[in-house]
Amino acid sequence: MNQKIYITGIGIISAIGDNVEETLDSVRKQKSGIGKLDNIVTRYKNEIPVGEVKHTNQELIQLLGFSAETKITRTSLLGIVAAKEAMQSAGIKNPKEFRTGLISANSVGGMAITENYYKDYLNPEKKGDFIEYIKKHDCGDSTEAIANYLGIKDHISTISTACSSSANSIMLGARLIKNNIVDRVIVGGTDSLSKFTINGFMTLMILDKEQCKPFDAGRKGLNLGEGAGFIVLESENAAAGKEIFCELTGYGNANDAYHQTASSPTGEGAYLAMEKAFKQSGLEPGDIDYINAHGTGTEINDLSEGNAIQRLFKNKVPEISSTKGFTGHTLGACGGIEAVLSVLAIKYNMVYPSLNCVHPMSELNFIPTKELKTDKRINHVLSNSFGFGGNSSALIFSRHK
Amino acid sequence: MEAYIRGIGIVSAQKTFNTHDFLSEPIEYNTNSMHCIEPVYTEFLNPVLARRMGRIIKMGIAASSVCLKDAGVEMPDAIITGTAFGCHEDTEKFLLSILDNDEQFLTPTSFMQSTHNTVSSQIALQLKCMNYNFTYVHKGFSFESALLDGLMTLAETDAQNVLVGGHDEITDKHFAISKRVGCWKEESIPSMDIINSKTNGSVSGEGAAFFVLSNEESEKNYAKLIGVNMIFEPENEKEVETKIIALLKEKNLSPSDIDCVMYGISGDVRFDPIYYNLMNSLFQESTSVYFKHLSGEYQTSGSFALWEAAMILKTQTVPGSILIGKNKKERIKNVLIYNTYMNTYHTVSLLSQC
Repeated sequence: MNQKIYITGIGIISAIGDNVEETLDSVRKQKSGIGKLDNIVTRYKNEIPVGEVKHTNQELIQLLGFSAETKITRTSLLGIVAAKEAMQSAGIKNPKEFRTGLISANSVGGMAITENYYKDYLNPEKKGDFIEYIKKHDCGDSTEAIANYLGIKDHISTISTACSSSANSIMLGARLIKNNIVDRVIVGGTDSLSKFTINGFMTLMILDKEQCKPFDAGRKGLNLGEGAGFIVLESENAAAGKEIFCELTGYGNANDAYHQTASSPTGEGAYLAMEKAFKQSGLEPGDIDYINAHGTGTEINDLSEGNAIQRLFKNKVPEISSTKGFTGHTLGACGGIEAVLSVLAIKYNMVYPSLNCVHPMSELNFIPTKELKTDKRINHVLSNSFGFGGNSSALIFSRHK
Repeated sequence: MEAYIRGIGIVSAQKTFNTHDFLSEPIEYNTNSMHCIEPVYTEFLNPVLARRMGRIIKMGIAASSVCLKDAGVEMPDAIITGTAFGCHEDTEKFLLSILDNDEQFLTPTSFMQSTHNTVSSQIALQLKCMNYNFTYVHKGFSFESALLDGLMTLAETDAQNVLVGGHDEITDKHFAISKRVGCWKEESIPSMDIINSKTNGSVSGEGAAFFVLSNEESEKNYAKLIGVNMIFEPENEKEVETKIIALLKEKNLSPSDIDCVMYGISGDVRFDPIYYNLMNSLFQESTSVYFKHLSGEYQTSGSFALWEAAMILKTQTVPGSILIGKNKKERIKNVLIYNTYMNTYHTVSLLSQC
């Protein structure tokens, strides 16, 4: 069980780029991807900014070389783009060489298509090939689309624990390697924007009508986003001779058990998840060089998470930021996207700025990083993800020695 | 990795809830869609809360609560669920109100309860359980993924009692929609005729079943779960056979050690042949039983099968209603559950007598 978990590949698509290269370029230029919504028809189009991937489904279909008539969801398309990049970056050419798995995660599956056809599904008079989409509604569908595209079949599964989904998929991947079920596994998540989600968050009244401001005293809510992020985890044996980005040294999962959608003010679940991750890694809070916070920009999350971090790190909170000002809150994909950013933080010794945080919260004793920093060695990164239902997860990424 | 099944709570289309009775009066339906016999929820939930909750959430809470009581466990060390569709009713409700009201006048309750992890998190909330909490949502692997996680959790941490469940609900709308892609039979069929059906589609079902997996020996234990395997899109039946044999070998068993095999026969003529092939090849000597004629078909029906297998091992009886042919064994020591959903997701679970 003390086996090391190596990260050998990364792949990402979000509002700030279609791949790792473009993502790096955006963060270096401190360029946010949040803007006007184009690809979804909704009455809130001009009311709420989002972190949208600026490609239509048809463009993504073309990009991936599918035929134009292919029935595939946006969730699958985004997932394939990122997982494919991750697999290529890990230099995996033959998925059969080792026992290879795929664990993906998302929050609403193929909802972005279901919502367009739902009334037609219910009307037996309406006929057409749109009914093929019925089978693509559930959360497992995109995982299989990715697995089939990449030729992976030894172990596949899907997790949905709201906004902590893909952090949990990373954690599960590591455990599957440690339990000798797979030798390597592509882990992460994908989610696409949908009218369903937009309206859901509207009713909760936690969407900022401007750019989100995580950890700012005047924060008014989150911006929704979409995208996918995957990393490749390998056992020591499978990774032998490969370039290793870093290691996954810690992971923790706990439940806040406070409210269906709101975090407890003290962030109990967040605290426990981080504490477990530290125990797993054998590291101390003082070892962490950078925290990639969940930091959604909602009043409740940032206070709850901030309190939990403060309780754990006392008055020595390291560099900390939320990257949701760049990508928006990509829900089921955020743990995967932020894992890729955490890996890059170690590779390039980078700390991302917490965009739009002008007046730090008075309740907290730390001030988020405001400008891009590249002058500090980053050895250990803590990445948090919390979701509806109290699901709380924390991951620790460490430089490979 | 092994674990004892310490407690069970199950809401199903049969009289399984809050009882140790084992199908003494099986309910026979004549339908293409079975529904659960729902408990009276007031015993498990505050009525104000219950009124706002979707049906599957209530079924999940009731089943998990009875399960923990049955096991004598107050606070599980982990809560792990599997569900293919999560909370259908709330999802449909919110989606339709968006479409019908042009995105206006919406209330958040059904959205808040629409996420797939609602059942596992509501159980945590009721128990104030802050431990490991996970929800798997991979179609016909959802429940078995949760079972595997339960085994791993017991093996790798100091957890002693893990709550694992599978749950899915069928709604009228979902039934109608999935019928359009050939999931269900057009015609009603008596439960006991399902096995002889020659038509496409199965009889839809639903259920919520929870188990306490424990690493402690106890007289209470039903059975020992000794292996779970998932096979995705096997190339052919040979691959399934090979993988079953490999799993058995890992446990130092051979097909002849399996006293009873439980098959996921659903009455869908397209997918049932593989069961009979196994019955007539690897497992000729074993007693054959089945379960979907009692539970209906759903993607987490493996949880109903696990209950049935655990009950066979605990009571050492094989009710006539689930038997295919004769009971060939006086004593049942090992049971293998083999199930497939639409010939894409194949699962194998292995249980032994305690």
